[in-house]
Amino acid sequence: MPSREPTALERFINGILPENPIYRNLLGLCPTLAVTNGMKPALTMAAATGFVLICANVITSLLRRVLKPHLRILVFTLTIATFVTIADRFLQAYMYDMSKILGPYVPLIIVNCMIISRCEVCASKQSVGVAFADAVGVSLGFCLGLASIATVREILGSGTWMELRVLPEAWPNWGIMVLPPGAFLTLGLLLGGWNWYNARRAAKAG
Amino acid sequence: MNTEKHGNLLGQAWLVLCLSLAFGATLAGVEVGLKPRIIENKRNETFSQIPSLVSGADRSQTTEVEIDGHSLFEARAEDGSQIGWVVPAGGQGFADRIEVLVGLNLDATRITGIFVLDQKETPGLGDFITDEQRFRKWYRDQPTESNLTVIKTAPEPRTGKIQALTGATISSDAVTDIVNRKVADFKVSLAALPAIAGGM
Repeated sequence: MPSREPTALERFINGILPENPIYRNLLGLCPTLAVTNGMKPALTMAAATGFVLICANVITSLLRRVLKPHLRILVFTLTIATFVTIADRFLQAYMYDMSKILGPYVPLIIVNCMIISRCEVCASKQSVGVAFADAVGVSLGFCLGLASIATVREILGSGTWMELRVLPEAWPNWGIMVLPPGAFLTLGLLLGGWNWYNARRAAKAG
Repeated sequence: MNTEKHGNLLGQAWLVLCLSLAFGATLAGVEVGLKPRIIENKRNETFSQIPSLVSGADRSQTTEVEIDGHSLFEARAEDGSQIGWVVPAGGQGFADRIEVLVGLNLDATRITGIFVLDQKETPGLGDFITDEQRFRKWYRDQPTESNLTVIKTAPEPRTGKIQALTGATISSDAVTDIVNRKVADFKVSLAALPAIAGGM
């Protein structure tokens, strides 16, 4: 492992695919499984999580020199919880119907370990610019992960994408895809496919 | 020694304390700014549910009134005559506060339906309290002379029994308790104010 810390650009790029929070790190799986039965809730969740992650990373990075090592997790959680509450109230005020659909999963962003892992791994050690780039990259990676699962589930489960019809009316909606088991099946298959692709690429390169 | 220890503790915790104060102030600001809008959203939702809670009620005729400290709604038919009540109620659930609307007939002897406005119960178990087919339907047409009770099997209609949700007995009990208490309270207030209750 190189001793130097990754640069802002490396952090940004790593967050999207090479260290994708869902497909590589398997973090933040609760919202991944829970709100991906449609594209709209998935994208709203990705946006809310992205907002919290960016704010938490920036604040943590600003505070990194005064952080006491044994109190750092407390500070991370405090910061994350504040921005999650803001996101939750904002959704209730301006996207009321969506906040009803997401229900308890918005407050549950507080315990999304993807966010605390970015605070720990990157923001508590590196400058604000790097922490910001890292948060944006990881948020995009998270959004990509949620959107890919939601695309499969919404098309197969409801015959629509972003609530627009893409499959003919005759399509028999696969009920299981909109229910929780569909989330596990989709995640497992996509994860398997992604690993298979990477293994094949590595084998070719080696 | 004592002061040194004190200073040490503050030296450790000052950041957490300052952050708590700053974040608390931020959240208070956000709350002040957004609360009116959130209340307005809930009001709209309440009004949109009134026809399903008191059948035959017209949304535009319904008025908000205050009786004996209860803020509630008079459900009125299209011709303006009052046909029932919609009473907001709330209480502690399994996870967080549950807010419920209870529809009652004009003399509050019968529950005409309930609607869950806000809840954070366990997804996939307790949050089925919002589901008409799984849970809310048990409240329809129940008499209010005695408290509703929660049982584990499907009850006969109009016997004052509610079937608990599988795996969510606490949530089911909580909703039933919230409804029972509010209905009992409201009946007392209603009996004390015959003039407002429409000359009963």
